[in-house]
This record gives sequence, C-alpha cells and structure tokens, in this order.
Amino acid sequence: MILYPEIECADRQQLHDLQSKRLAETVKRVYENVPFYRNKFKEKGIEPGDIKSVDQLKDLPFTTKADLRDNYPFGLFTVPQTDVVRIHASSGTTGKPTVVGYTRRDIEIWAEVVARGLTMAGVDKDDTIQISYGYGAFTGGLGLHYGAEKVGATVIPSSTGNTKKQIQFMTDFNATVLACTPSYAAYLGESLLQAGLSPSETKLRIGVFGAEPWTNEMRLQIENLLHIKAYDIYGLSEIIGPGVSMECECHCGNHVCEDHFIPEIVDPETLEVLPYGELGELVFTTITKEAMPLIRYRTRDLTRLYPEKCACGRTLVRMEKCLSRSDDMLIIRGVNVFPSQVEAVLMEMVETSPHYQIIVGRENNLDTLEIRVEINEHFWSDSIRELESIRRRIDHNITSVLGISAVIKLVEPHSIERSEGKAKRVIDNRTL
Amino acid sequence: MIIKQLSVFLEDKSGRLTELTRILAENDINITALSLAETADYGIVRMVVGRPDLAKEVLEDAGFSVGLTDVVCLRMPDKPGGLYSALRILAENNVNIDYMYAFSNNGVALAVIRAANIDQVIDVLQQNKMQLISQSEIYQI
Repeated sequence: MILYPEIECADRQQLHDLQSKRLAETVKRVYENVPFYRNKFKEKGIEPGDIKSVDQLKDLPFTTKADLRDNYPFGLFTVPQTDVVRIHASSGTTGKPTVVGYTRRDIEIWAEVVARGLTMAGVDKDDTIQISYGYGAFTGGLGLHYGAEKVGATVIPSSTGNTKKQIQFMTDFNATVLACTPSYAAYLGESLLQAGLSPSETKLRIGVFGAEPWTNEMRLQIENLLHIKAYDIYGLSEIIGPGVSMECECHCGNHVCEDHFIPEIVDPETLEVLPYGELGELVFTTITKEAMPLIRYRTRDLTRLYPEKCACGRTLVRMEKCLSRSDDMLIIRGVNVFPSQVEAVLMEMVETSPHYQIIVGRENNLDTLEIRVEINEHFWSDSIRELESIRRRIDHNITSVLGISAVIKLVEPHSIERSEGKAKRVIDNRTL
Repeated sequence: MIIKQLSVFLEDKSGRLTELTRILAENDINITALSLAETADYGIVRMVVGRPDLAKEVLEDAGFSVGLTDVVCLRMPDKPGGLYSALRILAENNVNIDYMYAFSNNGVALAVIRAANIDQVIDVLQQNKMQLISQSEIYQI
C-alpha cells in the first residue's frame, strides 16, 4: 500500500518545484536564525533571496558533524526553546554527543515519514508491532513508536535487551511486526529456536530493520529464521531519525522521502556532486525541519542514488543500502562508535594516551566489542588489585561514554600491531 | 634490608613465561624465588633475582613491562609456628600484607613479603629479632 500516493508517486517536475519552494524557505530560515549559517552564506556571497531552485543546492555550503559539535548543544536551532518539544542525542566524535531538537511539527513529520515507511513494508492498523530498538535519547525507539502509532498499529514498546522477555512479548502478545537492528533480529530468531519454539508459533510476518549496515544475504537469513519479510529502514538523528528512507517490496533500494530530505551524492574528496548511479558520500538537506534544519549535511555514508520509477509505482529516488562509510565510525549493536571516543576516555584517565585497539566481532549474531589497552609506565602496578581497579575504571568510563559495554583487556606494551609507527586502531572482524 | 623484587606483566598467551626465563638465563641471572599471580587475561610474575637492575634492563629491552617493587625477605625456622610467630607480630602492629610467597626446605623457610609501608615491616620485624635477608645475601644464595 502507498500511504501518500500524491507525494510518493508524484511527477518528478512537481516534486522539483515543491523542493525548490521548501529549500528557499529553509535557506531563509537558517540565514535569519542561525549565525553559523549566516556566516557561511556570507562567505560564499549568498543572500537568502538568491536561492530559488533546488538546482542551486550545489552552491550551498556543507554541514558536518564537527559543525554540530562546535555549535553544541543548541547553536544550530532556529527556534526558541519554548518551541522545542523534544531533544535527542547520538554519539559525537569525542566526549560531546550530537544533539538534535524537534518542534511539534517536526515530530509530526517524523511520525509521518516513519508511517509512510511502515506502510511501504505492509504494516497497517491491524498489526501489532514490537519495537525492540532502544528507547531514550537514541532516535530508533521513539521514532518507530510514533510512526507505528500514526499507522494505528498496536505498539509493544519493548526496547532492547532481556531476550527472554522479548520472546514472551512476541509470542503472548501476538506481535506481527518486529522492528530492531538486523543483528538483534537474527539473535532473537536463534533464541526462539533455542527456547524450543518454532517461528511458525509466532504471528510475525514483517521485519523492519535498520540502524546498522546489513546485506541482502543477511536479509534472506533473517527471513528464513523468523519466517517473515524483512525491510530496511534508514535514517540518522541529524536529519530526523529513522524514516529518512525505506525499502519497498521490490527490494531495489530505499525510497528517500524527498519531499522532506533532498539527497545528493558527492565525491568525499573533492566534494563535487556526482551523477545518479555513482558511488559517493550521501548528503542531505532537510527542507521541512523547523527546529534544526541542516543544509547539505555530510552523512559519511557511501551509497548510490537511482532516479528511475520503481516497479512499486513510487517515483521517489532510491538509495542503495549503505554498507561502508567515508569516516572511521563503527556501528556496533546499532550504536554509533567513533575510535576517537575511546581515545578521549583513555586520555582523560591517564596523562599520556596509551596505545589501544578496538576489536569488533560478531558472535551468535550479536556484535562484540573488545578494547585492548597497552599498559604503560603511567599506569603500571605489580598489584593485581590495582590493575583490576584500573581495568574496571576504563570499563565503566567506556560504557558510559559509548553507551554500550565493552570487554577491556590490558595487554603488554608494544603488543598491539603497528603500521608505520602508528597502532592499528580498529580491527573489524565482522563480515558483511 | 629492602629487596628489589622484579615484577613483570605477562599477557595470557603461551610462551611468554618461557621467553622471560630464556632472557634471564642468557644473561646469567639466577632466580631465587618466583610467584605467578593470574587473572583471566593476564598475570603478574614476581621474582627475587640475583641482579634485579640488570634483569629489568634486559627484560625491558626485550619488550616486557617490568617494575621493581620493594619487598622484604624473611628467614624463619622450618617448623610448625614459624610463619605464625612472624605474622602475629605484624598483625599486632597493624601491618597489612599486600601479598607474600614462601617456601621451606632443609630446615630453612623463606617468605617474600610485600606491604604498602615496607619500612614499617622492616622496623617491626627487626625490633622483634626476626631475621631478614639482604640483597647481597640473595645474590649469594
């Protein structure tokens, strides 16, 4: 089913005009309210009235995660606090989180785009949807929640963790839709079997999975495991959260909600716009956001865009699944992790940052995170008690900064492999 | 009467302790006492050796993480109550022991003792006529 056919199947020229109108409004909005953008536009000699068409998007300045950090926490908001009804936060590259705000209308639009996506996957008001994304500052849980309510489905806000309870909810409350990270879906599927239950004993029929990269092979695996049809949902909190784009039954890429978010693909080195079909960095401009619109935000996700009309009838541009990035961000159990966050924690604890290595793996479909820290003269002890206290302190600080737990291992100096004198920071043993 | 104990951090991987003893052997350094404390991921090997400064240097050159820790080495009669009489004195003087390791043979028992305030340990034991071994004696053992 198509929830908003007039938009989702719109004539491309009509969409172009709508985008142009909304882009002009957004440019005016940020110019008038955000000193950061006003300065950037002035540097480029752009007055708000100059931008009349979406074709001029390429002339506008980029926004990066570093810009969000520099304007922490509310420097990019265009509205006073009284109009902000929600704040979400995700991982920043260092100690400070990336903060986003929403007006009441932003929340409504967010619910609408998620509802559009859920409908695309076949969810309707007769469904019961178990939302096993984290609820909280992370946008996954609440984003799906509002969208599912908008559709009129019955929501089970089960959040993450406690697999036993998840399975109990799923079976006892007759969940028909599961929304979570794809790796957690696979894990739940195997836990179900281990509990002696067959997937046919559940009512599950649809999976809406996102927040981490996954392949088509993984999709087939999860579909077989849970006896469902699985769909990819894409989003990032900076743009709105989940619902920026969503896969339809054709599985030929995610349809981007272009009436709210304009995608571009740029060369991550030269920042030149690349034509449709070429692999590059995905950039979004939000054109309806009120609280915190972003101009040409560099997502660091690498993908391609396809403009051809889809067999499902939708004309919205499709983006390929994002499987790699142009920066060093890791997605572990759906949580964004930057190696620099680990470094910042260690720096804070000992004067000279010790050499460390992040090792990511996957066991029983769940991501594992191990951080090896070389002991050095700044934190050396021949007492096990003291070494363990150091290890526990690192463990505690890493968990509170990253938002996920890690196994901390103390290792001998120089045991971490170096290339050209620099320790290799990240080893990702997961295969996609 | 302070003895410099060699403490070495060892990752839990096979061959590390062998490598350590090989380096000491090649440098003609004798080990008088050794204890190995382990956790799930790593261990600390503590040793009383003939030439601790040289041992530290050659082990560090080989990439080991080495520290020298002040300990005392107590000589006791090898008979029931030998250790008790020493520990009772320490307890009565409120000295907490961080760790120790001991061995006895042929009528002589030796205990290596580590405490936060090592000077206090020495004072208390000597005042009570306990026999401590000096670094030079160790070298001769």
